[in-house]
Amino acid sequence: MSLWEYANPVKFLALSARVQPVLWVASGLCISVGLIWGFFGTPDDFRQGSTVKIIYLHVPSALMAINAWFMMLVTSLIWLIRRHHVSALAAKAAAPVGLIMTLIALVTGAIWGQPMWGTWWAWDPRLTSFLILFLFYLGYIALWEAIEDPDTAADLTSILCLVGSVFAILSRYAVRFWNQGLHQGTSIPVATGGRTVSDVFFYPLVISMIGFGLLFLALVLYRTCTEIRVRRTRALLAREGQGA
Amino acid sequence: MKALLKRDLMLALRAGGGFGLGLAFFLIVTVLVPFSVGPDPVLLTSIAPGVLWLGALLSCLLSLDRLLALDFEDGTLDLLATAPLPLEAALSVKALAHWLTTGLPLVVAAPVLGLMLNLAPAGYGWLVASLAVGTPALSVIGCFGAALTVGVKRGGLLMSLLVLPLYVPTLIFGAEAARRGAEGLDAMTPLILLAGLTSATIALMPFASAAVLRMTLR
Repeated sequence: MSLWEYANPVKFLALSARVQPVLWVASGLCISVGLIWGFFGTPDDFRQGSTVKIIYLHVPSALMAINAWFMMLVTSLIWLIRRHHVSALAAKAAAPVGLIMTLIALVTGAIWGQPMWGTWWAWDPRLTSFLILFLFYLGYIALWEAIEDPDTAADLTSILCLVGSVFAILSRYAVRFWNQGLHQGTSIPVATGGRTVSDVFFYPLVISMIGFGLLFLALVLYRTCTEIRVRRTRALLAREGQGA
Repeated sequence: MKALLKRDLMLALRAGGGFGLGLAFFLIVTVLVPFSVGPDPVLLTSIAPGVLWLGALLSCLLSLDRLLALDFEDGTLDLLATAPLPLEAALSVKALAHWLTTGLPLVVAAPVLGLMLNLAPAGYGWLVASLAVGTPALSVIGCFGAALTVGVKRGGLLMSLLVLPLYVPTLIFGAEAARRGAEGLDAMTPLILLAGLTSATIALMPFASAAVLRMTLR
């Protein structure tokens, strides 16, 4: 029993058919609990008023936006090294989800920034890095769309993902050099184990983050299954075409 | 390798359109800027380094699609891929030829255009230095973009979408060095970072470009 067993599309489909309902329900529950608790069960912030509550959408989506790219990086590597088609399709399936997560993070940030910073947009390192990440997602998806042969497309997009990762990290530190930030520090510094938000806001936020993570998994599994079936349908059509 | 370099240079010089076009584009972009923001000398002085860097970057981008596309169409790339010379080396040479015909003229022309944009006197040396250090990175990264989209029909626009985000760090450090130089601040730090970036891309990007090109030609 190893992870690689699920490189077999049939086994992957069977597993995801079993796991998906659980994921959907769990993510729905977590997001509802996190958001409802966050919106109605927490007090307004002393200075930010009720605008602070957008954090329950903003932080989880930003988290998933970065993790989606990281997942694409891992699956691209698996495709390049072990040539498992499911892996390449999972990377393809994750890209639009990551794109939307990035967009949510940018838009909720802008909506929060308007009353708090007095501006929709500032050329702050974090905001700029996210905009660049957004562009990387666009380029990645566009390249998938542009190439007809699926294996070549998987190869090229995988390399783009690797190179893009390096340059995304480079850009992240380059923009920090270029402009000092307006954005506050991280809400949950994992490295130090400390916390910069109080417990009242922390628990619903964590639940919401877990919910977004599960939602991402469910969406990616769903889309990967769709991609596998599209691939199969295409193969069947091609075979019929040859026979006729 | 020398023969390949010579061939690429000859083609760029004699086939027309390649050599002068990038330079002319650079000129036009910089001339259009005062039209769009107004002729105020103070404003122009403050934006001149950034505008010159952006213009250089765009004219580099403009000439990328002919870097590999023509050779792909007539089969030269297939020959290069099967030649004893490693494809990585061939692509490095191609990027070098691209830099010699596009990047180097830009470096030379930049001070003249800086004059038109009322660049601060202290900035000329830094501008030329930052462009000279930074444009090779633009050529090498662009070569990767060209290799990525060479098999795509009408890949020009797609290539811009793919290459421009990759240009971000180079642009930041290069423009920052030129700006700090023009304002009389210490410009050495961004220049050194830019040099590091260029060295790293020259060392590593040809491998990525060659890998991508092999996949396309397969």
